[in-house]
Amino acid sequence: MKAAGSGLDKGLGPVVRTIAAWSGVALPLALIGWGLIALAGAPLGEAIDGFLRGAFGGRRNAYLLTTLSRAGLIIGMAMAAWLSFRAGLFNIGGEGQLVLGGLSAALVAIHAPGPAPVAIALAFAAGMAAGAAWAMLAGVLELAAGVPLLIGSLLLNYPASFFASWVVGHPFRDVASGLPQTVLLPAERWLPNFSGTRLDVGVAFIAVVTVLVIVYGATTTHGLRARLNGQAPAFARASGLAVRRLSLQTLAASGALAGFVGALAVLGLHHRYSDGMLVQPLYAWTGIVAVLLVGLVPWAVPLAGFFFAALATGAAGMERTAAVPREIALILQACVILFVAGRTARSVPGARRDDPGS
Amino acid sequence: MDMLLDPAFLASVPRFVVPVLLAALGGALCERAGVFNIALEGFVLVGAFAAVAGSWLGESALLGIVFACLAGAAMGLVFAEFSVRRGGDAIVTSVALNLLAIGLTTYLLRALFGVTGAFRDARIDGLGTLDLPILAGWPVLGPLLSGQSPLLLVAVLTALLLHLGLARHRLGLRLRAAGEAPAALVAGGVSVRRVRTGALVACGVLCGLAGAQLSISNVNLFVENMSAGRGWIAVVAVLLTRGRPLPLLGVAILFGTADSLSVRIQGLGLPQQATDALPYLVTLVALVVASVWRLRRSAPGAAS
Repeated sequence: MKAAGSGLDKGLGPVVRTIAAWSGVALPLALIGWGLIALAGAPLGEAIDGFLRGAFGGRRNAYLLTTLSRAGLIIGMAMAAWLSFRAGLFNIGGEGQLVLGGLSAALVAIHAPGPAPVAIALAFAAGMAAGAAWAMLAGVLELAAGVPLLIGSLLLNYPASFFASWVVGHPFRDVASGLPQTVLLPAERWLPNFSGTRLDVGVAFIAVVTVLVIVYGATTTHGLRARLNGQAPAFARASGLAVRRLSLQTLAASGALAGFVGALAVLGLHHRYSDGMLVQPLYAWTGIVAVLLVGLVPWAVPLAGFFFAALATGAAGMERTAAVPREIALILQACVILFVAGRTARSVPGARRDDPGS
Repeated sequence: MDMLLDPAFLASVPRFVVPVLLAALGGALCERAGVFNIALEGFVLVGAFAAVAGSWLGESALLGIVFACLAGAAMGLVFAEFSVRRGGDAIVTSVALNLLAIGLTTYLLRALFGVTGAFRDARIDGLGTLDLPILAGWPVLGPLLSGQSPLLLVAVLTALLLHLGLARHRLGLRLRAAGEAPAALVAGGVSVRRVRTGALVACGVLCGLAGAQLSISNVNLFVENMSAGRGWIAVVAVLLTRGRPLPLLGVAILFGTADSLSVRIQGLGLPQQATDALPYLVTLVALVVASVWRLRRSAPGAAS
């Protein structure tokens, strides 16, 4: 493997590279999209029209708001991944952390006593704690038992999903609904919408958190140490950093953010936890690829997140108007990553697999 | 114990061993050639879909197998193009290909067959079984080996062949050189890229077969995301054995047994989600045990 993490975060370089990469992938991507639409037997003009309306239009901008809402969740998961990746920790268990966070938040929001603001705060705390705990479990498995984080965090996704599925399928099932899901949260415990719209304020939360995370990474000692650990782990160790503690703390923060996103999805968007609602839209994986797309440049993450969200909601619009299956979004998303991955190569400092102890 | 020796249970074990073993052997090829391929999950999924598509198209399981191999090989080529030739990060490429596999199979399921979720049709020809009359009457080995998918034979033979080939054959030497000393390979006038591309294509074929076992042998239909983590378990098997074929055979048997056991113990009143989680927990425990064992062996003072 070549030297890791060279040339990241160095002023204008990434900007130029990112722009070059984006324009370079446009053509093959358009061809692939065109081919897939043709395969589905849909007229191209209608499909494009449906895509644009589905991503940015709608009555009173309804679809644009859906895109924004989805973008918020993706960006949140992307920043969670960013926290880990920049510290050299390849935590790809965001999905499990997200699921457990959402589940815990839902159960607390439904059952906690007390006034609504307290219950909402408790729900967020529970979601973050659950996400952090699950991420730290993957970290402990690596540090104490030598299970590579890349694999350990991924494998932990499955028990988390099965557990959540069981909880809402049995002990906390809303039997009356006939579906594996919890009951609805009491309405006063829902996050409010922006006035006059159907967009909940979760997006604003994500915006604030994203700024905080970027500030943390760029200005705090802990944030700089975490990056040092990602870019030069040997140096970090040699200069006496408590690398293990740093790693666990970073993982906890990353998992807590994932859990926070799960709580947002429950309190703001769905108002309950239903089986698979956080897994099926692939929020966690989309977040991961959004970070990879921009080569870990943090301020570009929201752009990538919005792009992927628009791709997904646009595809849903295309399905409505031109009967093109919406999974076209997933294919294009994967292709974007493939075409860009070669250009922003070595984008993950922690991807040195021969060094699981770092 | 009775439950474990029950012929019906024994007969179910290879069904779960074969996909993991085939995929893991493919992963081992990549591992030894110095390609970190964690896209096995996606390769298997594409193979499972292609097997059903081919079998449906020709009303022949054989065509299904051919399609599965070709589709897997194509995935291997895509991996090689983006990671080996263009120099993309192997992990990033893998993540993308896993997503691509989910998207592509679901898209084609709807665009070609017009269904969501699952596709079953009388035209899908199942793979059938291979009876070994000599073994059939034996107490434990009989149900384990006879009356099983022909891919069981393919998988076991591939493991043995790979073991011999890596150690003895020129191609095996080149493969190992690509992983351990690429500079030496270049000095010998062999292209590292070509060897790695070959390993990826072969890996794709094996994963395609693994997918075929899932879709046209274990059952006769395609379900969205039907690889369901088998590819990841194969990745773990490769990591545990560092890509050595014979230990891989053992680990695949262990993981496959856990998988079939999880189906078996659903009858005991445990919730399905608990038994579904069992294979992943067994995998994690195996990883922990192996690494603790390695640490102990390499501890100062111990014989190395």
